[in-house]
Amino acid sequence: MSTQPTSTDHTSRELPMARSMCWHCQSDVCGEYFCGRCVKVQPLSKELDYFTCMNLPRLLSIDEKTLEDTFYSLSRTFHPDFYATKDEGEKCVSLGNTAILNTAYRTLKNPIQRAEYLIRLEAGSVKDIRSTPPADLFEEILELQEDLDEFRALAGPRDSDRGRELRSKLQNDRATLETRQEQLKARLFGKFQEWDALQISSEATAETQSQKAAVLKAMQEILSNRTYVRNIVNDLIAATS
Amino acid sequence: MARIVGIDLGTTNSLVAYMDGDVPRVIQGKHGDAKVPSIVGLTDNGLIVGEPAKEHLVRDPSRTIYSVKRFMGKSLADVSEELKYFPYKLKEKGGVIRIQVGEKTYSPPQVSAIILKELKLRAEAHLGEDISKAVITVPAYFNDSQRQATKDAGLIAGLEVLRIINEPTAASLAYGLQQKTQGVIAVYDLGGGTFDISLLKLKDGIFEVLATNGNTHLGGDDLDRQLVESVMKDIDKQYGLKVEDFPDLMQMVRLESERTKIRLSNEDKAAMSIPLPDGKGTYTREWSREELESLTIALVTQTLAPCRLALQDAELKVSDIDEVVLVGGSTRMPLVRRLVEELFGQPAHCEMNPDEVVALGAAVQAGILAGDNKDMLLLDVTPLSLGIETMGGVMSALIRRNTTIPTSAKEMFTTYVDAQTSVDIHILQGERELVKDNRSLARFQLKVPPLPAAVPRVEVTFLIDANGILNVTAADIRTRESQTVQVKPSHGLTDDEVEGMIRESFQFAAQDIKARQVIEARTEADAILVATEKALKRGTDLIKLEEVQAIHQVLDELRKVKDQDDHRVIRAKISDVENVTHHLAEELMDSTLKEALENKKLSEVAD
Repeated sequence: MSTQPTSTDHTSRELPMARSMCWHCQSDVCGEYFCGRCVKVQPLSKELDYFTCMNLPRLLSIDEKTLEDTFYSLSRTFHPDFYATKDEGEKCVSLGNTAILNTAYRTLKNPIQRAEYLIRLEAGSVKDIRSTPPADLFEEILELQEDLDEFRALAGPRDSDRGRELRSKLQNDRATLETRQEQLKARLFGKFQEWDALQISSEATAETQSQKAAVLKAMQEILSNRTYVRNIVNDLIAATS
Repeated sequence: MARIVGIDLGTTNSLVAYMDGDVPRVIQGKHGDAKVPSIVGLTDNGLIVGEPAKEHLVRDPSRTIYSVKRFMGKSLADVSEELKYFPYKLKEKGGVIRIQVGEKTYSPPQVSAIILKELKLRAEAHLGEDISKAVITVPAYFNDSQRQATKDAGLIAGLEVLRIINEPTAASLAYGLQQKTQGVIAVYDLGGGTFDISLLKLKDGIFEVLATNGNTHLGGDDLDRQLVESVMKDIDKQYGLKVEDFPDLMQMVRLESERTKIRLSNEDKAAMSIPLPDGKGTYTREWSREELESLTIALVTQTLAPCRLALQDAELKVSDIDEVVLVGGSTRMPLVRRLVEELFGQPAHCEMNPDEVVALGAAVQAGILAGDNKDMLLLDVTPLSLGIETMGGVMSALIRRNTTIPTSAKEMFTTYVDAQTSVDIHILQGERELVKDNRSLARFQLKVPPLPAAVPRVEVTFLIDANGILNVTAADIRTRESQTVQVKPSHGLTDDEVEGMIRESFQFAAQDIKARQVIEARTEADAILVATEKALKRGTDLIKLEEVQAIHQVLDELRKVKDQDDHRVIRAKISDVENVTHHLAEELMDSTLKEALENKKLSEVAD
């Protein structure tokens, strides 16, 4: 493990001015990756969102090939392997940019993470996706939790009749919840299309804005249900296997 | 830019390679072998490394260090189960293993540095220029401490380590360069001490690692041990000898088991013959490949679970894998090939020398870093999840395993008590829920301004760089001031220690190639003197009196020239001794054979 103090080049990025000024020669830079004058690599703007970074419209159904092509091409632009012979400042920028790029790619590649990211991006202040049980499953989940607690408490004699009974019950519950997981995913993907349609076709009227807000809210609920169900399924797998 | 070499620092053997134009080449030693045994011997005459040290192993086991890679970044508790196999004494200081040899103790990075220096010298001699920069490979599943220890070893050896690169990915670079492969490949790397599986996507010069998994304590050494255990039991049963009581015998059993294992890769049967101490004769036995396979199948099968996990993490099915590539000497075993081919449902590729392909790949990466190769780019991942300790002894993951590196995660810290001035942070690596089940990497204290509870906001950035090594930085959100984080590694050398070791190693550096040749020659002379005296005692009756006198005379002459500084004179005298003792050696061999045969008859009668 090595430590390094945050270098001055690194902190200069935090300054609002750095966005339009080369960190090295102070020439004007407008979002270009390299300074027009000194040709030094420039830090990615803090305001740059992952969709823009990856050259994609802010849609939830993405063209995976475009995503991968852009990722590979930007990796060729920024990766530290190509800056091993450059000065410390450029090395530092290359490292920071590549870390952002890798996160952007990972986030957009996975549909669930992509949706979570879009919600954060659009809804602004809303932070994490919470974990809440699907309303219609409330009773069932309560019972399941009790069974699970009892089964866990049976640490030793799980071969008893009760143990076997609970195990098979929990295994059934797991199958039910796994089906629900699939349904939630399908519903989420349905919302993807609703979002994309609104995003592509309409102008920014008050009506479409509220429709979009509704889709985002619906997705947020599906995602929080999904997180909840996934955690329980993991608990069930851990307890019964 | 000065030339960068690629180094495969292996458990059993190490190699150095360079780019000759567009082609990576391994550098051979004077005997035409590219492999330098990763063995260091400390003799009365000085340090010896590689092949001469391997010969030294049986003669002076307690002062000959091998398989040091198994100790890199480890504590004593981590290796407690295998201590009995090692002839040298191990201790621990500051969470780091120390190897005691005579009066001195060495940390694993220091021993590795001696091997690195040997490779550096070899490269300098071959290329005719100073070498100060290197790419060094490590098992993909190495954790942060093990990677840092490898980097420290480079520093101590006087090398700037421009990149730590994973062995299976290095292999894929060499393989991809030669075969021009596109698609998804699985690299199965079973080396001397470690196992890795890496799944990569190769497309237009980009080598993207999709997932990696492994076991840093499973390799050829462990396969040998299965055979060693069998032989030890055999010898105990037949001769009432406890092998572990005789360090030199233990090493003989180990080396002979390794040789037998290797022979059984090409032959169905292999004979083993080990001379025993205390006049007990010679242990002989013929082993079949079947016997070896039944001893090792459980261990080899253990490599399949990581393969399945990697597939799962990459969200791939077996049928998505276009090619399977075998790397590491242990993949020469037919059993390994069979199991791997069964798992992946296709024949495995072994066009490239499994011993050399990793070093070649390291050279390719060196070429990329030097700016000579702009077509290829490796995108690797971190093998283990990184996290911090949270309330209740639970690890909270910040960076998941198989995340493409470099990558960073930010975490905000605040205080719980008014006027609190520091926050303790404990960094961990691993996949388990509880702190105690994961690897402790380091601890540090975050400095916080004395303010009411929950007001300070310090953002800590955990950045895993392209070497897979963690860098920690912190910044106060309110003041925008950054702070230096003094991280104390749990299982690593401190910066001061490393500096001390660098200074110390410069003193050793005075040993140039010529001096080392003298050391090697003297060590061999010592060994031959002891061996010949011993042989004379046993075989005086087998040869004529004149011959005995001639041998005594030439031994005296060797004793006289041994301390000279010209290794050629010592070597010449050694070969004189060999010539004069040739007849004695033959006679002894015959009588040993007879003895062995008689023993066999006796044992047959006894059965």
